[in-house]
Amino acid sequence: MRITCPHCGERSVDEFTTIGSAEPVRPESSTDPAHWVDYVYVRTNPAGQHREWFHHVSGCRAWIEVTRDTRTHAIVGVRTASAVRSA
Amino acid sequence: MTGGDNQLFRLSAGGLIDRKAALAFAFDGMTLHGHPGDTLASALIANGVRLVGRSFKYHRPRGIFSSGAEEPNALVELRTGARREPNTRATQVELYDGLVASSQNRWPSLSFDLMAINGLAGPLISAGFYYKTFMWPAAFWEKLYEPMIRRAAGLGRAAGVEDPDRYEKATHHCDVLVIGSGPAGLMAALTAGRAGARVLLVEQDFRLGGRLLDERETIDDASATVWVAAVEAELESLPDVRILRRTTLFGSYDQKAFVAVERVADHLPEPPPFLPRQRSWRIFSKQTLLTAGSIERPIVFGDNDRPGVMLAGAVRSYINRQAVKPGSRAVVFAGNDDAARTAADMAAAGILVAAIVDPRPESSSAMQVEAKAAGAELLAGSVVTRALGNKFGVQAVEIAGTTGARTIDCDLVAVSSGWNPTIHIASHLGNRPTWNPQLSAFVAQVMPEGMQAAGAAAGEFALAAALSSGTARGAEAADAVGFTARRTAIPRVLPEPSAATPLWRVRGTKGKAFVDLQHDVTVSDIVLAEREGFRAVEHLKRYTTLGMATDQGKTANVTGLALMAEITGSDISRVGTTTFRPPFTPVAIGALGGHARGKQFRPTRHSPTHRWAKANGAVFVEAGHWLRAQYFPQPGDDWLKAALREARAVRERVGFCDVSTLGKIDLQGPDAARFLDRLYANTISTLAVGKVRYGVMLREDGFVLDDGTVARLADTHWLVTTTTANAARVMQHMEFCAQVLWPDLDVCFSSVTDQWAQIAVAGPRSRDLLRGIVDPACDISDARLPYMGTLTVTICGGTPARLYRISFSGELAYELAVPARFGDALMTAIATAGKAFSALPYGTEALSMLRIEKGHAAGSEINGQTTARDLGLGRMVSTKKDFIGRMLAQRPALVDPARPALVGFKPVDRNERLSAGAHFIDVGAAPTTANDLGHMTSVTLSPVLGHWIGLGLLSRSRERIGQTVVAHDPVRGRSTKVEICDPVFHDPEGARLRG
Repeated sequence: MRITCPHCGERSVDEFTTIGSAEPVRPESSTDPAHWVDYVYVRTNPAGQHREWFHHVSGCRAWIEVTRDTRTHAIVGVRTASAVRSA
Repeated sequence: MTGGDNQLFRLSAGGLIDRKAALAFAFDGMTLHGHPGDTLASALIANGVRLVGRSFKYHRPRGIFSSGAEEPNALVELRTGARREPNTRATQVELYDGLVASSQNRWPSLSFDLMAINGLAGPLISAGFYYKTFMWPAAFWEKLYEPMIRRAAGLGRAAGVEDPDRYEKATHHCDVLVIGSGPAGLMAALTAGRAGARVLLVEQDFRLGGRLLDERETIDDASATVWVAAVEAELESLPDVRILRRTTLFGSYDQKAFVAVERVADHLPEPPPFLPRQRSWRIFSKQTLLTAGSIERPIVFGDNDRPGVMLAGAVRSYINRQAVKPGSRAVVFAGNDDAARTAADMAAAGILVAAIVDPRPESSSAMQVEAKAAGAELLAGSVVTRALGNKFGVQAVEIAGTTGARTIDCDLVAVSSGWNPTIHIASHLGNRPTWNPQLSAFVAQVMPEGMQAAGAAAGEFALAAALSSGTARGAEAADAVGFTARRTAIPRVLPEPSAATPLWRVRGTKGKAFVDLQHDVTVSDIVLAEREGFRAVEHLKRYTTLGMATDQGKTANVTGLALMAEITGSDISRVGTTTFRPPFTPVAIGALGGHARGKQFRPTRHSPTHRWAKANGAVFVEAGHWLRAQYFPQPGDDWLKAALREARAVRERVGFCDVSTLGKIDLQGPDAARFLDRLYANTISTLAVGKVRYGVMLREDGFVLDDGTVARLADTHWLVTTTTANAARVMQHMEFCAQVLWPDLDVCFSSVTDQWAQIAVAGPRSRDLLRGIVDPACDISDARLPYMGTLTVTICGGTPARLYRISFSGELAYELAVPARFGDALMTAIATAGKAFSALPYGTEALSMLRIEKGHAAGSEINGQTTARDLGLGRMVSTKKDFIGRMLAQRPALVDPARPALVGFKPVDRNERLSAGAHFIDVGAAPTTANDLGHMTSVTLSPVLGHWIGLGLLSRSRERIGQTVVAHDPVRGRSTKVEICDPVFHDPEGARLRG
C-alpha cells in the first residue's frame, strides 16, 4: 500500500503509523463527560470513505489525514493537519 | 558425455537440454542422472520413474501429473538436514548436480506403504470426516486422533532445525510490470520496452518462453525457441528493461503493489557466498500486464489418479522441452483439438499412440487427419471410464461409447478438458472472476486498476491471438504512463484449430474418481457434500477440503465447481468461485522475513557509554531497542550481590549511572509554556527559569501515559525528559497535539535523545565528585544549584554541559548532560574522579532498588491501567487548567476509593522474600478472583533495611496501612504474609536529597 504524503510524495505504508479515525473532534472546552466519551471511545465503522490519521513517523513526521475507501482500500485524498484545520 | 547414466526414456535428439553435461541426483536413495535444462520431474521421467509419491488421505500411488506450478502429486522433500524443504513441486525444481530428493507421505517405503489400507477404509474418511468422526471426547483429539491423522495423512516434514541460509528483501519500481514470459508477455515487454518504459518482466521458470518452450510452434518461419531467444536478447539490450527469472509473482496488494519471490540459489546445492537463497521483491508498478498463461484441466474418470495419467499439455512439454518420453504406448483422452497436436508430438517422439478418445460425437477434420498421421485409432463419441493398473501406474484403460466397451492397453493417458486462464493475480484484491460460456472458463472481466490481461490469461488461447493481444496491451500500458508506443508488427504464425467442448467428468465409472488429487477429494465427496447441504462454494470447499491443499486446487477447483453445478442442476456461472488469496504458490517464511531474524529482528541501540560499560564488565539488559548496563559484577558475584554493592555505594558514598536512554525533547517558542500546561496534568508554566519540575502526562482516557522532568532553560526554551520505553510514543503524542489539536500554538520541538549523553551522579559525595569534573569557574554550591535546579556549565576544561540537580535515588544527586560524542570521555572522567570517593558505576538493577526504596513509580506501576491517583500523584493533578485526560480522569470508576492504589509492603517474617506479580488476598481468604485485592508490582531486597520490600497496587490501601494481607504467588508457589506500609521506605522527609 502506498500513501502520498503532502510533503514527501508517494511512500510505502511502512513509513506510517495510524491511530484510526480522524472524524472525532476534541471537544476542547466542553465539560460534558458524554462529549469526551464520544471523542475517545465512539467510532463509526463506515463501509465507504473514511478519514483516518496517519503519522509519517519514518519520514517528515507530519500527521496527515488520509481518506480511504474501506471497501476497496482506494485512497481518495490526503491532507496535512493544517489543511484539515483551515478547510 | 552421458557416462554412467541410464536414461532409457530420453529421446536421442531434441529438447532444450545440454546433453554434454550429466547431472547426478538421488531420489529415495537411487542415484540417477539428468541434464542441465531438466526439472526433477523430467529427469525422473527420463529414468523411467513413474511412482513418485503417495496421496494425502488414501496413500494411493501417484505419479507426475503436470509440468508446472499446478502439480498436485509430485511433491518431494528436497535436500537433507537443515536445508530439507517439504512439498516442493518436482515439476518446478531445477535439476542440479548433487540434488537429493525423497518422496513424501509413505511409510515405510514408497512402493510398500502400510497406510494404503486407508484406501480400503475410504468411506470412513470421506467428506466432512473431520467434523463427523472426531467430535468427542475432546481429550481424545489431542492425544489420539490428531497424532494418528498426522501420521496417516499429511504432507512432507519440515527440517525441524534452524535454516542455515540467508534471505533478503528488495524493492523495485517500474512503469510496466509484465507477469509471465510466454508469447503475450514477451510481446508486451518488448512493445513497452521499445517505447522507453521502465519494464519489469517476471518469469517463474528458469527460462523465458512459457508454453513456447513446450510446443512445436513456428514463429516468423523459424522455431519458436529461436524467436524467443531473439526477443530475449533485445529485451536484455534495452537499458530500462529488467528480467527476473526463477521469480514467482505470488500476490497483488493495494495501490498497485505486488510481492514476488526470486529463487536466487534454489537451483544450486548451496547458496554461493554473499548470495541469499531467496529474495522477496516488493514491486510497485504503474501498469501491470497479466500474461501468466493458463492451466490445463483434467477429465475426471475412475482411478484417474494412477501414475501415467497426465495432462496432455504436460506430455507435450516433456517431449518437446526436455526430450523425455512419459510413456511408450499412449491413449489421448480429450474433447479439444489440442488432442491432435498431442498425438502428433507423441508420434514424432516414437510413442505408440493406441487411440484418441474424443467424447464429441463427431471429431473435427483436423483431428481425423492427425489421428491418421499418428497411426492412432480415433474413437469419437467415446470416453475413458477407468484406468486399470498397479502401483507403478496405468496398464490399460476401459473405454465406453458409441463404438462399444473396450479395453486398450497403454502406460500413458494424456487428458485435457481445455484450459483455465491463470487469473489469480487479477483476483487477489477481491474481484470475482466471470464465467465466459464461449471459452468455457472463468476470466477476469473486472480487473484491478492499472491491470490488463493478455494472451491465454485473457482467454486468448491461440498463439496468434496471444502475440497480438500482448502487443496491444503492452502498447496501451506504455501509452498510459506517458510513452508513445509503436504498434510493432505481429510475428507470423500458422493458424491453429482451437475448438473445445469441456467434458468435466465421465459418469457411471467404477473406482475412485478424483477431482482434487492433492487432497484426495473425489466425485462422491462432492455428491455427499451436496446431499448434506454444503452447496455454496465456500461450504463445499471447507466440507470436502477441495482446493485447500498446497496447490490450492489449481487443477481441481473449476472442475469441482462444474460438478456442483451439474449435481444441483445449476449453471456454473451461478455457482461462482471461492476467494483467491495470495500466495500463488507456497512461499518460505524465511523469504518474507528477509534479514529480520534473530539479532537482526530489530535494531540494537548502544548508549554513548556502551564501550566504557563493556570494558568495565557490565552485564547488559534490553530496554526497548537499547542495551543498558544491568549491573557490574565482580568475580563470584550474582546479580543481586553486585546490585546491592552498587546501591549501597549510592546510599553511603557516590555512584554513577548512564541515563542517556531517557527520552529528551527540546521545546522552543513563545507558546511552549501553554503547550506544556495542556500536555501535563500538573502546572508547568509557573516554573522559573533554571528550575526543574517533575511532570505527569495522561492519555485522553484519563490514565497515565508517562512521567519525567521538565526543565526551563530560558524563558521560551524547555527540555522535557520521558521514560526510556515511552520516548517514541511521547514524541508522537506531542506531535499530534501540536499539529492536530492546537496548531495555533507557536511551539517547535525536536527529539534530542541521541544528541545528549546524560550521566546520573548520586550519593552524599556526589557534589564533591562533580567538583572534580565541573570547571572551577562554575559554582555548583547548594545555594547556586539547589534541589530541582539546572545550570549550564563547562566541564573538563571548557566542554559545554548541562547540570540538573534531580534525584531518582533519593540521595543528593545530579544528572550531567554533554553532547553525545563526549559521553564516553565523561564516563571515564567521572570514574577517574570518583576513585577518591570509592565511587562505583551502577546499573539498572541498583537503579531499581533505589527507586523502590523511595516509592517512585516506574514501568511496572505506570502500566497503562493506572491513574495519577492510583500512583499517589493525585495532588499534582491541576484543577485550574485544561489538559489532556482531564475530563475522563474524573470518571466515577477512576476516582473510586476502592481502586487499587500504590502502597508499600514488608514481609511479616522479615526473612521471607517477596515476588512481583503476587496477588493480595485477605488473611484466611481463598485465593480466588473474587477475593483479589490487587497485586505486587515491584520488589527488591532493600540495601538500607536488609530485608525484602515491595510496591503494589492494593484496594483501599491508604486506609489499610499497618494491616496484614497475604501476597499469593501460585506461579512460584509462594504465599507470604505482608504488612502494608507507606511506599517510601527511606528518608520519607526527603532531607537527604536537599543536602
